[in-house]
Amino acid sequence: MSNNLDLKKGLNIPVKGVAAPEVIKTVVPDIVAVKPTDFKGLVPRLLVKEGDAVKAGSPVMADKQRPEILFTSPVSGTVCGIVRGQKRKLLAVLVKASEKQEYIDFGTKAPATAADTKQLLLNTGLWGALIQRPYGTMAQPDTTPKAIFVSSFNTAPLAADVDFTLRESLDDIQAGVNALAKIAPVHISICKEKAASTPFHRVETATLHEVSGPHPAGNVGVQISHIAPIQKGELVWTISPLHLAALGHVIKTGKLDLTRKVAVTGPAAAKTGYVVALPGTPVKDLTQVEGDLRVVGGDVLTGENIGAEGYLGFFNDQITILKEGREREWFGWAKPIRPKVHSSSWCYFSWLTPKKEYAMDTNLHGGPRAFVETKCFEDVTPMDIFPIYLIKACLAGDIEKMEKFGIYEVLPEDLALCDYVDPSKNDIQAIIQKGIDLMIKEMA
Amino acid sequence: MAEEMKPGLFEKGGKLYWLHSSIDAFDTFLRVPGTVTAKGAHVRDGIDLKRVMIMVVIALVPAALFGMYNVGLQTSTVYGLDWGFWHMFWYGLLRMLPLFVVSYAVGLAIEFASAQIRGEEVNEGYLVTGFLIPLIVPVDVPLWMVALAVAFSVLFVKEVFGGTGMNIWNPALVARAFLFFSYPSSMSGSAVWVSKTWVPALKGVDAISSATPLAIAHDGAFDAATGAVGQYSFMDMFYGFIPGSTGETSVIAILIGAFILVWTGVASWKIMVSSLAGGLLVGWLGQLAGATVVPCYYQLVMGGFLFGSVFMATDPVTAAQTETGKWIYGFLVGALAVVVRLWNPGYMEGMMLAILLMNTMAPLIDHCVVSAHTSRRAKKAITA
Repeated sequence: MSNNLDLKKGLNIPVKGVAAPEVIKTVVPDIVAVKPTDFKGLVPRLLVKEGDAVKAGSPVMADKQRPEILFTSPVSGTVCGIVRGQKRKLLAVLVKASEKQEYIDFGTKAPATAADTKQLLLNTGLWGALIQRPYGTMAQPDTTPKAIFVSSFNTAPLAADVDFTLRESLDDIQAGVNALAKIAPVHISICKEKAASTPFHRVETATLHEVSGPHPAGNVGVQISHIAPIQKGELVWTISPLHLAALGHVIKTGKLDLTRKVAVTGPAAAKTGYVVALPGTPVKDLTQVEGDLRVVGGDVLTGENIGAEGYLGFFNDQITILKEGREREWFGWAKPIRPKVHSSSWCYFSWLTPKKEYAMDTNLHGGPRAFVETKCFEDVTPMDIFPIYLIKACLAGDIEKMEKFGIYEVLPEDLALCDYVDPSKNDIQAIIQKGIDLMIKEMA
Repeated sequence: MAEEMKPGLFEKGGKLYWLHSSIDAFDTFLRVPGTVTAKGAHVRDGIDLKRVMIMVVIALVPAALFGMYNVGLQTSTVYGLDWGFWHMFWYGLLRMLPLFVVSYAVGLAIEFASAQIRGEEVNEGYLVTGFLIPLIVPVDVPLWMVALAVAFSVLFVKEVFGGTGMNIWNPALVARAFLFFSYPSSMSGSAVWVSKTWVPALKGVDAISSATPLAIAHDGAFDAATGAVGQYSFMDMFYGFIPGSTGETSVIAILIGAFILVWTGVASWKIMVSSLAGGLLVGWLGQLAGATVVPCYYQLVMGGFLFGSVFMATDPVTAAQTETGKWIYGFLVGALAVVVRLWNPGYMEGMMLAILLMNTMAPLIDHCVVSAHTSRRAKKAITA
């Protein structure tokens, strides 16, 4: 069964530095980090100490409140460091990889019931890949969602091409879908333009939706809001195609293998392309970073600034390298033409060169102001909501209004483009996250 | 230079920290700030409020330039001075320059002081307001009145609400309303529209009254055969060779501005179109009802209707925010303006009051639109 969804609103940001679909490097794991900060709503409890030997798939930490949720090491080796931040907050568990990789055997029996699937996810450390909506936190093991959604394509700027990264993983994906379908109906959205070539096209036991449109058409939240909007009291889970394949791989081989093709992208990247690596791989193993650069784990809209000394996150299959935009341009705002600066607004002349890609940097291009122009938010939000009213409700901390204006349907990533287009330079994603945090606190 | 002054002295803890908003304003006026993104999206669009506001000012320039020429033209014609083109323009320029200077000096001084007090950066909104005010008053209005009106408007209409983006009413229009109700003799009637101060030859000459087409039409002096209102033909009004507030007379100049605003997306075409539709409809109904003999489309070229529809009603802060709301808001602005024109014995220009009233109503319109939307969503949820 196939359903169509044609989205018109949105914006593809023309950043330079897309990764061509070829593997330029394979990282042999040396030090690998497991970061509790990758998971929203996790208070970690450490299960290992320095010097402990671990295998790929051995638990290294658990959720303090729900100890059945385990987080596992992606490599076998020895725990070589526990990184803590302020107030002794656990930031990372470092594992030094051994030369020979050993794997915990999770068995190759396909899960027969929902409980089996859940147990497998909990044991392998893949539970953290399940995101629960509303609020975008880690899923609760004792709940059952009304559906599980997977977006098989990513429209974010310079995003990794899932058709390339998971080209050979159809069997794994099918096994993963079969297992998740035991919990709830699985919906997969595929990119309409590539519907014929994507491996997801052939997936069975899931409802397929063909989606077209500019970013954020590939965001699972935007798709859900059109396919089956989340109402108060409802739960929906989402999982990325990457982790879906990893789950299938465990079922088929019994081994946890999180190896992925990571897109190294961005205008300041030394060399763009795909690097085969594990989550937790140090940035310096992935690419060279020299100078005043920013390393973003993920895409430029929603990624986290992980720094040149950081580690690839659990969810990342992309890093973006940008120049820090500290240079100050004389009369920038007044110049008729600024060839190096992109603007989706017709106040500049970027519309003359629709195919041009820009070497964007991290300059804010202005100062923070009160909201003035607000139609731009609607133009990049292909959802049945009034973004500005939701944003203002979040600012005011008005629970009732947030509910009315659709807080259950959005995560910051769905409104990330508002950050980009806002002439008043507000941090919309931060505002939405604050609203969501308040909802979690008040509705608990 | 701004950079040399910046470190230390104006930073937090520095001796002149209390001046930092002003210094920042000049500094960022010259160069884009070097701030990098801290939260949210790591790259940002090149657009900022400075650019948005300067677009509106650029869109206003044709109307301002024509206004300067027309000031000279009216003086020359009415008093029979036989000036050349450049003489007319030069006279108009000299007459309007002080208005701009006073408007900007007073307004920006208050803006800077308020930003300083709030510890925020200076907002660019006044760049537009300061440019609008000289264009919507008679050219000979005394400068101290302008200063007073600007001060009142910026303080009590903008700053007390929290500055640009927070105001309910369009500050430029409130400045005009302030003048209109406080000093009616300088703002209305038939003697104020043609400038004669600063012309040495006219010293001691009595002011010749020169009514605007709107006033003439109000008195019913319409020649159905030639389509002329008093001595002014339709094309006179279209080109703008008529007495009136300095920026409002030329339809062509305003349409150039409208094109820039719509093209750049800074102002909503929906508001412009629906405002014209509202004006036309009520003008037509007025004809049918016998309230006026002037054809309805004359309403669009007389007085400040078009200027108001294009530049004032579309202010994104004070207009309706929802797209459906913009249609309703614009329509009511146009309709109300012509209602005031046709069924009001007191004064003939309804645009100012129509926009101010609809500014007040805009949040209500939005509230209705948003409520209708949320209840539709809720219904969908029940049936789903």
